[in-house]
This record gives sequence, structure tokens and C-alpha cells, in this order.
Amino acid sequence: MDLILSSVLFIADSALDVLPIVAFLFAFQIFVIRGPMPNVKQILVGFGFVIIGLGLFLVGLEKTLFPLGRLMAQQLTDPAFLESARLTVAGALQWQDFYWVYLFAAAIGFSTTMAEPALMAVSIKANSVSGGAIGVWGLRVAVAIGVGFGVGLGCYRIITGLPLHYFMAVGYFAVIVQTAFAPKLIVPLAYDSGGVTTSTVTVPLITALGLGLAEAVPGRSPLLDGFGLVAFASLFPIISVLAYGQLAVLRQKVDESATGKQELPEEKDHAL
Amino acid sequence: MRDLLPIVVVIATFQAFVIRQPVEGFVSLVFGAALVVAGLACFIFGLRIALFPIGEGLAHALAAKGSAFWLFAFAFVLGFGTTIAEPALLAVAEEAAEVAVGAGAIADSEEAMDDYALGLRLVVALSVGVAILIGVYRIIVNWSLPLMIIAGYVLVVLATTIAPAEIVGVAYDSGGVTTSTVTVPLVTALGVGLASSLKGRNPMTDGFGLIAFASLTPILFVLLYGTVLEWI
Repeated sequence: MDLILSSVLFIADSALDVLPIVAFLFAFQIFVIRGPMPNVKQILVGFGFVIIGLGLFLVGLEKTLFPLGRLMAQQLTDPAFLESARLTVAGALQWQDFYWVYLFAAAIGFSTTMAEPALMAVSIKANSVSGGAIGVWGLRVAVAIGVGFGVGLGCYRIITGLPLHYFMAVGYFAVIVQTAFAPKLIVPLAYDSGGVTTSTVTVPLITALGLGLAEAVPGRSPLLDGFGLVAFASLFPIISVLAYGQLAVLRQKVDESATGKQELPEEKDHAL
Repeated sequence: MRDLLPIVVVIATFQAFVIRQPVEGFVSLVFGAALVVAGLACFIFGLRIALFPIGEGLAHALAAKGSAFWLFAFAFVLGFGTTIAEPALLAVAEEAAEVAVGAGAIADSEEAMDDYALGLRLVVALSVGVAILIGVYRIIVNWSLPLMIIAGYVLVVLATTIAPAEIVGVAYDSGGVTTSTVTVPLVTALGVGLASSLKGRNPMTDGFGLIAFASLTPILFVLLYGTVLEWI
């Protein structure tokens, strides 16, 4: 009963988020384009599905998976647990002693990204625009690996207290170098994937993890050091998606040199 | 179902082998997972029949109309409007206000914190509006996306060196929270639709990239916001 009531509330909530956008789109269509909206019925039904879908999706997460994820983040950063699982023998906890935290962070970053609706949207679009050259599944896995690695590294930063912008500057540098070598086709998509990874599912869970971690580590303030995980989660997918493109080209080159086929420069981009 | 499988595996493994405590309310967990799967299916269906067609349809119609003003106005309002109401941004803005109080950047009062949070939200929304506008302009004039993004990053790094320390984490995070589940498909469809209705543009290489701007400009704008506030 409780779940049904909260489903209704969440659907109402998502309607409040989506309706202003719908109103804006229709107003633009009527007053600026000055023509009837094509397929009005289909569009309205579709928005209905979007609202109900988001509502159900969020209520499912909020009522079941999020509390569990938050609880686990707390349990893993609990000083008593850390003390029992430590690697170093004595004294204060070292950064190595948090190995379960890194593993959990990477795993939760990867798995929540796989369930991210915005990423599915972009993958579907990229797949249809590229004529199937970019696989929906391949792109999602590449992004998820980037997020997993980024969140794990972000936890390392919180524990060691190194400045955020060192990591960001190095990451941006890697992006610049990779951009020069990656196939042109993948570059805009890779840049976009940084932004789409972090929305409904990933942000709440990794924020809880970051805050829990900053509280558990002596000398860290949750307010100052708890931030920054989202930044890691948006930077590293760019690197992993560019790498995904580079790997595809590399694989094709290896195949070609094995068969002794001539490589045409234009064909590079079709390897994805 | 396979979308959710990784989360289930991760949580089950950690519960079973690391934390070693039984999970309470197994039935409600399964039911919740079923809701998530059903919700995703509905969302993807709605995406295909409404969000993608409407975004591309408007892009085509605006390109056919040939009015640069309305195209830019649409791009800006879409970015600004969807960001100002974004729940994730609200949460980050409130936390950022607490950070600012802790660092002594603003007075420890309800009013000062509300002002600061509102200011931050306006700055981020403005930056996303500007981002979509720049992105659309880029598609039309065909500037190089990598060069623009790299220049943006260089500016971000430079701004980081002059910005007060307590704003840096907030600024970098605000780049990630701005792009919501409904905005992303719309903006993607806008870019792809525009690139496919302009001559000599490839929707794959020219249509994507709008979201990249929308994750970059908030970092820059928030860093500058923090710096300016400190000077005043």
C-alpha cells in the first residue's frame, strides 16, 4: 500500500519536473513556428510514458536500492569495519586499508551507470545516427568503466586529501592528447558522455559514499572534501570512450596487417 | 532486466562476502527492482515516440524558418529553463551554501545562505543556457569542437588557480549535475536534428557535443562566481 501511494507521489513529482518543459516546447511550436505540432497525440502519449516511467523508476530506486546502497556505503566506511579489514599492522589507518571502499566505489559507479536512463538515450541516438557503427551496449560499457574507475580514484583522493584540481588537470591533459589520436567520429560523443553519466541514479549514491568517507577519515571535512566525486565521474568516461574508439581502430589495424589488406584513411572511422 | 543486473550483483556480492549481514525486506527489494525495470521500459518507449521526435522536429522547423534569433533563443531558454528547476542542482546549491558558511565566505544566517544558493543556481542555469547557445552556434558556423572544449578546459584550470579553495569542489561537481534525464535526450535530438538539416554537416561529428558544453561552462561560471564574490 505504502509503495503504491509513494509511486503516485513520485509520478506527480516527475510530472512537475517534466510539464514546464512540455509547456515550453508547445509554446514555442505555437507562437514561433506557428504551425500545428506534428503527431500531437503520439507526442502527448509519449510524454505520459516518460513521466510515468521516470516516476516508477525513481520510486523503485528510492524505496529499495538507494537505502541499501547508502547503508552499505556507511557500513564500509565505518571505523570498526575498517579496523577489522585493515592491511597494515598497527597505527593509524593508511590509504591501502580502504581497499573495500575503492572496490565498492568502482563497482557501484559501473553498475549504476549501466542503469542510467540518460546514457541509454544518448547510446540509442548514437547507434541510429552512426548507422549501427557504434553499439548501444559497447558505448554504455565504455562509459560505465570510466565512471567506475573515476569514482574509485575519487575515493582515493578523499582519503589521501590530495587537491582535486591536480587530478582534473592531469585528466584534461589526457583528454587533449587522446583527442589528437582518436577517430574523429567518436570525439564529440566522448565529450558528451561525460555529462550524461551523472544524473538520476549515479549522483545520489556516490554523493552518499563521498560524504560517508569524508566523515570516516580523520582530518577530512565532509563539506570541503565530500565534493568532487561527481567531477571524477564526469571526467573519466571521456577518457574511456576515447580509448574505446582508439581500441576499435587499433583492432582493425591489427586485423588488416594480418590479412595484408591496404588501409584507407577514411575507413578508420568505420571501425567502431 | 539486464540493465539492472550489475547493481543487483554488486550489492548481493558485497552483502554476502564483505558485510555479512542478512538483508531485510527481501520481498520489497524484488518489488522495487521490478518497478525500476518497468519504469525504464516506459521511459525508453516515451523517449522514442516523444522526446526524440519533438527535439528533432523543432530543430528542423527552426532551421527551415531560417531565423537565427529564434534558434538561439530556443537553445538558451531550453538550457536555462531546464536547469533552474533541476532538483539535483537545488541539493548541491544548498550544500555549497553550507560550505561557504564554514569557510567564512558569507555570513552564517538563513538569508545569506538562501541568497548564496539562489545566486549559484542562477549562475549555473545561465551557464547552461549559454552553453547550449554556443553549441548551436558552433554547429552552424562549423567550428572545431575539440579546440573549443580544450580552450574551455584551459580556462577552467586558469580559473581554478584564482578561485577561492572552498568553491572548487562545488564548481567541478556542478558541471555534472546540470544535465537531467529529460534534458539530455532533448538537447541531443536538437543537435542531431540541426546538424542533419544543415547542408554539409555530419550529424555524427557535428550533432553531438552540446552536452559537453553544458558540463563545461558551469564549472567555469561557478569558479568565476566564487572569485567575484570574494573580491566584493
